[in-house]
Amino acid sequence: MTSTFLPDKRTGPDTDVPPPAAGKARGRARRRTLNWFTAVGFQLPALVLFGVLVLLPILFALYAAFFRWGGFGMPSDYIGVDNFTRLFDDPVFLGDLWRCLVLVLLSLALQLPFALAMAVLLNQKVRGRAVYRMLFFAPYVLSEAITGVLFSMIFAPDDGLADRLLGGIGLDGLGGEWFADPSTVMATLFLVMTWKYFGFHMMLYLAGLQSIPRELTEAALIDGANAWQRFRNVTLPLLAPTLRISVFLSVIGSIQLFDLVWVTTAGGPDHHSETMAVTMFQYGFKRYQVGYASAISVVMFGISLVFALAYQRFVLRRDLEGATTTMRGGGK
Amino acid sequence: MGDPALSRRGFLAASAAAGLSMTALSGCGGDSDGGSSGTTTIEWWNISTTEPTKSVWAALAKKFEAQNPKVKVKIVQLENDAYKSKMTALTASGKLPDIFHTWGGGVLKQQVDAGLVEDLTDRTKPWADGLLSVAKEPYLLDEKAYGIPFDIGMIGFWYNKALFKQAGISTPPTTWSGFLDAVGKLKAKGITPLALAGKEKWPGMYYWAYLAMRTAGADALQKANDDKDFTSAEFVQAGQHLKDLVDLQPFQKGFLGAAYSTPTGQAAAVGNGKAAMELMGQWAPVVEADAGKGLGGDLGFFPFPAVEGGKGAITEVFGGGGGHALRQGAPQAAVDFLKFFASESTDLELVKKTGVLPVVPSAESAIADPNIKAVQAQLKGATGFQLYLDQAYAPALGQEVNDSVAALIAGSKSAEQVSESITKVAKEEQ
Repeated sequence: MTSTFLPDKRTGPDTDVPPPAAGKARGRARRRTLNWFTAVGFQLPALVLFGVLVLLPILFALYAAFFRWGGFGMPSDYIGVDNFTRLFDDPVFLGDLWRCLVLVLLSLALQLPFALAMAVLLNQKVRGRAVYRMLFFAPYVLSEAITGVLFSMIFAPDDGLADRLLGGIGLDGLGGEWFADPSTVMATLFLVMTWKYFGFHMMLYLAGLQSIPRELTEAALIDGANAWQRFRNVTLPLLAPTLRISVFLSVIGSIQLFDLVWVTTAGGPDHHSETMAVTMFQYGFKRYQVGYASAISVVMFGISLVFALAYQRFVLRRDLEGATTTMRGGGK
Repeated sequence: MGDPALSRRGFLAASAAAGLSMTALSGCGGDSDGGSSGTTTIEWWNISTTEPTKSVWAALAKKFEAQNPKVKVKIVQLENDAYKSKMTALTASGKLPDIFHTWGGGVLKQQVDAGLVEDLTDRTKPWADGLLSVAKEPYLLDEKAYGIPFDIGMIGFWYNKALFKQAGISTPPTTWSGFLDAVGKLKAKGITPLALAGKEKWPGMYYWAYLAMRTAGADALQKANDDKDFTSAEFVQAGQHLKDLVDLQPFQKGFLGAAYSTPTGQAAAVGNGKAAMELMGQWAPVVEADAGKGLGGDLGFFPFPAVEGGKGAITEVFGGGGGHALRQGAPQAAVDFLKFFASESTDLELVKKTGVLPVVPSAESAIADPNIKAVQAQLKGATGFQLYLDQAYAPALGQEVNDSVAALIAGSKSAEQVSESITKVAKEEQ
């Protein structure tokens, strides 16, 4: 049935085929159907997996966020937007948003410039720069859980490596309770994040730096530009696409931060290092208030989505032109 | 051109079909297990993943099989946290293992309410009556027994006798004001009085729960849960007493970030002689020796002091243990197994080899450690019992108690606010 039906529908692009050669056209159409089936057949497993494991849970969380639901059976106690109003009344969650913002700002203001400085430094002819590059990148390879365990030991009050080391060189005053003190926990956490991630951003920048043609810097040198001017007016603008991607990754990473916090402080002391993901975990898997936890995850998803779309639309547009956006300006 | 492609496709299809039928076949194999041949297989889910318990239990299962040739025991062992999440999933799916580990209380009640757990009251009565009554307490719901204990324990203070002597404290305190005095004396000698795992929150909750039992009476915590009201003056007083302790700054440096069983945690601080006391369960000596050096003969135990003017007595205990429950409709062999596991000979072996506290009173002769004997004596003479709050209460409420008591200890919540926030969550649940 399909073989007689489809050719009629598919004649659109095939109008150049003269009517007498209908058999040939039918053969081509059949091959096309076959190709279509092959394509669908190959894509189906991936599509089904993606649908079941990614799309469905997202949609379900969106649905569950409107219920009071303990995770057993199907959600049935519909409470409208109560979960969301409760969320924005909860000082812990508002604190999560604030801490997320702090981490983003600290990353942008300190961590990334530091990574850039190291990248510029290691792009010079320094003795043993390959070793340095490897050493600085190494922490990124460690899992966040292992990093967390490691630094819980290093920053253990009194007995940890950090306090012992500071004590050993007579700087006891700089030591402290690190993760255990509500006033220092965020700084300590940021220190560990920087240790772990600056190498990754440094690597990105190094790759970017190496794609900048030497001729441009040389030309600037001949024009009499000093080192700062060469960096500011040649290197930095050409590195901008890499910088924009790196900022993007850093922000999304800060929004979703979980493992490191969970292992080192579990959000403590007294919620002072809690992130949105930690709060979500607490409610979803410790208190079994899955509806409320879903609402948190929906807000996290929303923030990430809005940021990602806005960033792509307004910041990454130049870099992505022709790739994911329209071909506008492609002719230039 | 089409032929090789077709044949390749044919081959893929054939192998896919073969794979499917293999799974189908193996599925059948699993289902038909223990059906027609007259043997019954009972699945036994437990959390004894560590030695020596693991092999002792496996040997006991073998012994039971030898005594009951028509029964096979299939052991499934999961680590504590993995077990809890797996059981959550199983409860949601509506089918539990034949025999499964339980702590009783709220989680067991959830499973009972879902109609998934066998009522053991009549089927175990003849032999379960002789078991230590405080041990059976956690599995009694509406006067019906849904589980049989194999372990029971309680929370109390574990202290360093040498450090107490150094501070001039001759006998452990029996009243709260005496306890605060002792803390002051220890501090005066430059000794850290208490170790606390602030990161994990539950060890801090023990203080509040015991103080609530001592001020408001042993059944007040259960009653407050039923009434969804924790705002009575006694509960606020309990928080106030805890605040009095916190104000003395009795805990080790950095306690807010300390874990319980890590090398820099609460147990290690006591085990290494850096702190004089911890409020912990009967497992404390083992963990102290594992995470730290252990105190050996210097370690002592005393019950949580009474609060002057409070309704509770020093003989009322806060604790819990381990037990087994059966799924609704489990075979008779599973009940037989519970009987076997709670027999005197099994309990003697468990007490001797795995360090649990006896649930069969006559098995207490097997206890060698004087501290464990003291715990056992306290349990035997218990005049009241309260199960661990994270098991007695719904998960959200148990967590809120942990959370708000942690906030009180960190100084960000007052005693009144603790009572209020716990009540708020209690009212939200249902």
